[in-house]
Amino acid sequence: MKSISARSVAAIVFGLAVGATASLGLTGPAAAQQKGEILIGEQCDRTGATQIVGIRLCAAVQDYINVVNSKGGVEGWKIRVDEIDHEYKVPAGMEAYERAKKDGAVSYMIYGTPHAQALNQKLNEDKMPATSPGFGISASADGVRYPYLFPVAATYWSQAAAAVQFTKDKLGGNLKGKKIAYVFYDNPAGREPIPILEALQKIEGYELRTFAVPPPGVEMGAQVLDITQRFRPDFVINHLFGRSPSVAIKEYKRAGYSLSKVLGLVWASAEADIEAAGGWQVAEGYYTMQFAGAGDDFPIRQEIKAMYKAQNKAPPKEMDDTVVYNRGLFIAALHVEAIRNALKANGGQKPTGEQVKKGFESINDVTLGGLVPPLKITAADHEGGGWVQIFQAKGGKFVKMTEWFRAYPEIVAAEIKKAP
Amino acid sequence: MFHRESGVFKTSYAADMALYPLPIAKWAVAAFAVLFIVVAPLTLGEYYISILNLCLIAVVGALGLNILVGYTGQISIGHGAFMSVGAYTAANLVTHLGAPFWITIPAGGLMAALIGALVGIPSLRIKGIYLAIATLAAQLIIEWTINHVPAISGGAQASIQVPRPTLFGVQLKSQVQLYFFLMGFVVLAIVGTANLVRSRIGRAFVAIRDQDIAAEIIGINIFRYKLWAFAISSFYAGVTGVLYTYYLGIANYEQFQLNVSIDYLAMVIIGGLGSILGSIFGAVFVTLLPILTRWFLEDYGWLFFSQSDLLNAIPNLRLIMFGGLIIFFLVVEPEGLNRLWRNIRNYFRVWPFSY
Repeated sequence: MKSISARSVAAIVFGLAVGATASLGLTGPAAAQQKGEILIGEQCDRTGATQIVGIRLCAAVQDYINVVNSKGGVEGWKIRVDEIDHEYKVPAGMEAYERAKKDGAVSYMIYGTPHAQALNQKLNEDKMPATSPGFGISASADGVRYPYLFPVAATYWSQAAAAVQFTKDKLGGNLKGKKIAYVFYDNPAGREPIPILEALQKIEGYELRTFAVPPPGVEMGAQVLDITQRFRPDFVINHLFGRSPSVAIKEYKRAGYSLSKVLGLVWASAEADIEAAGGWQVAEGYYTMQFAGAGDDFPIRQEIKAMYKAQNKAPPKEMDDTVVYNRGLFIAALHVEAIRNALKANGGQKPTGEQVKKGFESINDVTLGGLVPPLKITAADHEGGGWVQIFQAKGGKFVKMTEWFRAYPEIVAAEIKKAP
Repeated sequence: MFHRESGVFKTSYAADMALYPLPIAKWAVAAFAVLFIVVAPLTLGEYYISILNLCLIAVVGALGLNILVGYTGQISIGHGAFMSVGAYTAANLVTHLGAPFWITIPAGGLMAALIGALVGIPSLRIKGIYLAIATLAAQLIIEWTINHVPAISGGAQASIQVPRPTLFGVQLKSQVQLYFFLMGFVVLAIVGTANLVRSRIGRAFVAIRDQDIAAEIIGINIFRYKLWAFAISSFYAGVTGVLYTYYLGIANYEQFQLNVSIDYLAMVIIGGLGSILGSIFGAVFVTLLPILTRWFLEDYGWLFFSQSDLLNAIPNLRLIMFGGLIIFFLVVEPEGLNRLWRNIRNYFRVWPFSY
C-alpha cells in the first residue's frame, strides 16, 4: 500500500483541484444584465479556421458599440454586445447562442454558414432575429420562409449575379462567346453560386467552366495552370476562403495571367489576402467585391479614432484593415438601427426579439456615410437588395471602381423561389 | 461504480459476477438516476440543459469509439464521417418518407454500421498507424461523396432540414424535452455497452486487443470480430449523427469533418481507453472544459487583463488552458480520467485506516 500512496495523494489533490474548478464554474457565468442595457449576442471566431476575419470583425463591432454608447446610447438605452468565440465549431456555436439567449439578448450576430444553418430552426422557435451577412443560406433572402434570419448583405447568389454584370461591363457589354472561369473552394458555400452562373449563361451566352479547389485550398497550381494555359478565359471569378485567395493571387501572377482579369467575391477580398499573397505590387489590378464600403474615408472610422484619442490611446491595429473591419461596423450598425427602430415603434420599452425583427424589417437607407449600401429591408426581402461595390487593388490600396449596384434581381429571385 | 468493499470477501462465482457487488451500488445508481432524470431538468435553466444535451450526444459517440479503440484495440479517424452517414441517412428518410425517429435512428445506425464494416476490412491486414491512415482515407472519401452527390446531400448546400422528433404526437422542441429524448438513448447506449463487454463478443474484442495472434489460436475468428467491432462502433457513431441531426434540426456535412473525429478520439483517450465510465468522463470533459474555462475567465479574467484586451484574451487563453489541462491530466495519469478516479477511490477504500 505504501508504494502507491504518493500517487494516491497526488490523485486526490488533483481530484480536489478539478472539483474546485468545477464548483467555481458551476457558480455560472456572472454576466447579469444591468438595468437600462440592451444585449446583442455575437458569435466570433478569433481562434478557428477563419480567425483572419474574426479578429478584425469582432473588434470593429465592439468599437462601434462603444461609440454609440459614448454618445448616449440608443434612445437612452446602452447597448452591450456579448461576444463568444466558437472556433468555427457547430456545438460551440450552439452553446454560444443558448448563452446569449439566457442572458436576454434581443438579436444575434451569427458567424459562419454551418452555424446559420444549424440555428435556423431555433431562431424561429425562440423568435430571435439574427444576421448572416455575406454568408449563410442564400434562400434566406426570402423573409417569408426564413422569418428570423437576415442576410442583410448580398448573398452568394447576388454576388454571383453582380460578378457576371461586372464581367460584362469589363468585356465591352457583351458576353456572347466569351469564356468565364469560376474558381471555387470545394464546399457548399463555394458551390452555391453555380446555379446563378448557369442560369445567366443561358441569357448571356458565355462559356462557363468551373474549377474546384479542394480544401484547405493552399495548393492550386494545377487548377491555375489549367485555367491560364488550357482554358484561357476572358475573365476569372474567384470564390475562395481563408488562405486560398492569397494562394490564387500568387499562382495567377506566377502563370503570367493578368490580375486585372480576376475578380474575387467577398471572402477573397481583404487586405490580409493581398498581404499574404506577397504585397500590393503582386496583386496590382486584382478586383474585389465588397458588401460594405472599403477604405478609411468614412465618418464613423474617424469617430472611432477620435474616441481612442480622447482616451489617450492609439487606434487599434485592427483598424489598419479597411475591409473586414468595416464589415464589422456594418453589422453592428444594422443591429443598432434595428433596435432603434424597435424602440421607436414601442415607445422606448425594452424591445423583444419579435420587435427587433420588425425593426430590421424597417431598415431603410442607413448609409453611414457610404459604408452601408442603400439597403431597404422589408418583411419579404431580408437581403435588402443585394448591393455590392467593386474595388481594385491599385497602388497600395483598394480603389473604388463602381458605385453600389445590383444585377439580375429577377434571376436571383427565381432561384430563391426554386430553393427547397 | 462509486464504492468498494474494503477487501475481497466473495465466496461464490455468482457473487463475483454480480452487477451490483454491494447493496450501496444499487442505491448509488438509483441516486444518479434521480439526480439526472428528476433533479437536473427541474432545477437547471434552459442554457445549462443545452450544455448537458451536448454532453449527452458526445457520450454516445465516445462510447461507440471506445468499443473500437479501447476494447478492440483498433483505431479509427473516420468516426466523424460515420456520424455523417447516420445523419444523412436519417435526414433523407425523414424528408422523402416522413419516417419517425424510432425508424430513422436504427436505420442511420445500421447504415453507418455497414459503411463502418466496409472501412474496417483493411484492419484485417494492417494495424496501428497504418490503420489510422486507412480510416482517415475513409473520412475524406465519405466527406467528398456526401459533398458531391446531390441524391445524398440534398443539393448544393449539402444540408437537409429535419423537423424535430415527435413522440406521442408532441413535437420535442424545448431543451428539456430534447434532454429526456437524448437521455433515453444515452441510457440505452450505456446499458448496451455494459452488456456487450460482458458478453462473448466483448471478451473476444478484449482478447484481440491484448494479443490478436493468441486470440486466433484460442479459436476467436479475428475476421468476424474485427468487423463486428467496426460495425458496432460505427452503429453508435451513426446514432450519434442522427441524434445530433435531431438536436440541431439539420444534417450538415460541415458538422462532421475531420476535427470531429479527432475530438472524439481525444475524448476516449482522455477519459480512459476500455472503460465505460471513462468514455463518459472523456465526453463530458472535452465538451465542458472549454465552456468552464470561459466562465472562469469571464468572471476572473479582469484580474489579469484590461477590459479591451480581455475579448481577445479569452478565446486564446481558453485554447491554451484546454490544451494545458489535457496534457496535465495525461501526465498525472496516462491511463485517463477513469484511472484517476479509481486511484482516488482506492485511496478512500480503507480510509482513514490505511497502513
